[in-house]
Amino acid sequence: MTGAQAAPPLTKTLKFIGAHGRALVIGVPMWWLIVFFLIPFAVVAKISFSEAVIARPPYTSLIEWTGEGAMLLKLNFSNYAYLIEDSLYILAYWSSIKVAFFSTVATLIVAYPMAYYIARAPERRRNVLLMLIILPFWTSFLLRVYAWIGILKGNGIVNNILLSLGITSEPIVMLQTNFAVYVGIVYTYLPFMILPLFTNLVKLDNDLLEASSDLGARPMATFFKITLPLSIPGMIAGSMLVFIPVIGEFVIPALLGGPDTLMIGKVLWSEFFSNRDWPVASAVAIVMLVLLVIPIMLLRNAQAASAEGSS
Amino acid sequence: MGVDRIETKQTIATGAKPWVDQAEAPFIRISNLTKNFGDFIAVDNVSLDIYRQELFCLLGGSGCGKSTLLRMLAGFETPSSGRIEIDGQDMASIPAYERPTNMMFQSYALFPHMSVEKNVAYGLVRDGVAKAEIAERVAEMLTLVQLDGFAKRKPGQLSGGQRQRVALARSLIKRPKLLLLDEPLGALDKKLREETQFELVNIQESLGVTFIVVTHDQEEAMTLSSRIGVMDRGEIVQVGEPHAIYEYPQSRFVADFIGSVNIFEGRVTEDAENFVRLHSQEGGCDIHVAHGVSCTENQKMWLAVRPEKFSLSKEQPAGKYNFVTGTVDEIAYLGNLSVYRILLASGKNVRATRSNRDRHDAEAAPGWGDTVYLAWDDTAGVVLTQ
Ligand SMILES: Nc1ncnc2c1ncn2[C@@H]1O[C@H](COP(=O)(O)OP(=O)(O)OP(=O)(O)O)[C@@H](O)[C@H]1O
Ligand SMILES: [Mg+2]
Repeated sequence: MTGAQAAPPLTKTLKFIGAHGRALVIGVPMWWLIVFFLIPFAVVAKISFSEAVIARPPYTSLIEWTGEGAMLLKLNFSNYAYLIEDSLYILAYWSSIKVAFFSTVATLIVAYPMAYYIARAPERRRNVLLMLIILPFWTSFLLRVYAWIGILKGNGIVNNILLSLGITSEPIVMLQTNFAVYVGIVYTYLPFMILPLFTNLVKLDNDLLEASSDLGARPMATFFKITLPLSIPGMIAGSMLVFIPVIGEFVIPALLGGPDTLMIGKVLWSEFFSNRDWPVASAVAIVMLVLLVIPIMLLRNAQAASAEGSS
Repeated sequence: MGVDRIETKQTIATGAKPWVDQAEAPFIRISNLTKNFGDFIAVDNVSLDIYRQELFCLLGGSGCGKSTLLRMLAGFETPSSGRIEIDGQDMASIPAYERPTNMMFQSYALFPHMSVEKNVAYGLVRDGVAKAEIAERVAEMLTLVQLDGFAKRKPGQLSGGQRQRVALARSLIKRPKLLLLDEPLGALDKKLREETQFELVNIQESLGVTFIVVTHDQEEAMTLSSRIGVMDRGEIVQVGEPHAIYEYPQSRFVADFIGSVNIFEGRVTEDAENFVRLHSQEGGCDIHVAHGVSCTENQKMWLAVRPEKFSLSKEQPAGKYNFVTGTVDEIAYLGNLSVYRILLASGKNVRATRSNRDRHDAEAAPGWGDTVYLAWDDTAGVVLTQ
């Protein structure tokens, strides 16, 4: 009874806010984006235009009231200018992009054969293999990165094996190098590359491979002429899922990297927490976002164009 | 279905029939070929000889193993046992990409990321043919399949019929010794299908390639082929020229599968040197067959009579043999002929056709509910022992 009575007011309310049916479906993700992305972005953008002060919060307000009842908007661009002046930031951006790029390529190279193998496996085995890929997510990411310290350190597993096999006479320094950072990133982000690649490769029509072979292509040629080109959308999707978060990656370089590992995530962190310079930290974040958005838009356009041509 | 269209096509250029006079060694020799998928036998001990420049149709119901047989010839499926020889060469150790065969896929399997031109050229590029020659041969082939203006299009921008022709061009460009076509015309509408059937025959004759065509459309098989192999549950049950398959089926399955047929079950009452007599409970009639059959008295046998072999009349024919009687249950007027469904006293339905020779014979033609007699010659039926 109460449900039946409660229904009309609810529909009325929904109608009132103009959210029925389709609007509701579209509206939910839109509100999500507004609340959890756009507003925080606006807040960060606002902070990036203020000045650092020793106060709480540690930045000035953009809007001031003058005595005559006028409003004064003060935009401070010096934070952005500072990012350009101090070569540290440019170097950090550049090195982040480099690390992200090379680790994306490395992840792709490791992930492709795995995704290919899973996609070609018989259906029952396929599910088990996919489970194994997702399994690491069940333990904390932090713990898993920590585990790599034990593997890579001077008297860690890798060095012990190498020493006992007589391959090296003294431990190789791996921890606190860029190498360790790459290993950590490839390891952590592998599933994000494998899953979109798998989704793409599993859809590949076996008839196409047989047709290629029938026309005289050896397995290698079939792979490079048919499988690889047709899996480009999967490679792009996976690469975006790896490249974008790796640029801002903080934990992995902090735990596995050395003093010379310069990444923007680390810079951002120390700016916020060590220097307590929130305006500069915010400017760093905004620039990073802008730097990321442009290539993503370009890629998406390219992808849409190629999808149009092939369908 | 299709009774009036049946004709024997002579696709071997010289008109010779190598499978009759055995003058030539078979081009493809399949012996005792079997394919198991687990416990399931998809192809069961098939032996088959196919001659150069034949257009051989594999005909059979869905799931009877046609595609599997074709895929073993192409090299996509490894035989569980048996042997395939093409042009005297054993295929067992030869991978698909080295076989002298090309296949046109049921799904066409066009490469979606390549233009029509690139699709067709693919086989030649893989073989390292010179660029200029490739361009020339591709252009030639596209002309042959009437796709001149479409070289730069992607498969996604073509109609179903155009795609099918690209697939055909791609499979022909390497001039294979043997072309395998898996239901090549399955996706086409009736008109385009008939046009393409004749195009296929023309191409086959002009290029002199040996074709094996899989189909489950008996009419298509009749129109296209030099010979037909009928498959049932993995076995080849009969091989022969279209007219032989139609007129002399060796089993009830073949008789029933090819065209429409009435089958009367009966028992042998008299087994003589040059005739046999049967009594059919089902038809309520006695049957006289004017040739000897190796059988024993009281053995169960079947007589298959095509609908067009009956003469339909309202008067009882003379004699005691070879007619049944019943009432007209249904008439379908098809213009050139009428198809009658006659209900016999036993409850069995019989199909008969009557050609509409005379425009004014409305009175002579039996109508609904009439009692009619269906008679046939003593050579018109086919005696089947299985
Ligand atoms: N890879 C496979 N694994 C298991 N069974 C298979 C496999 N391929 C085919 N079969 C089975 O073998 C039988 C024959 O299949 P095939 O594809 O040769 O049939 P077909 O005669 O071409 O039928 P259709 O006319 O429907 O194409 C079918 O029952 C099919 O289920
Ligand atoms: Mg098939």
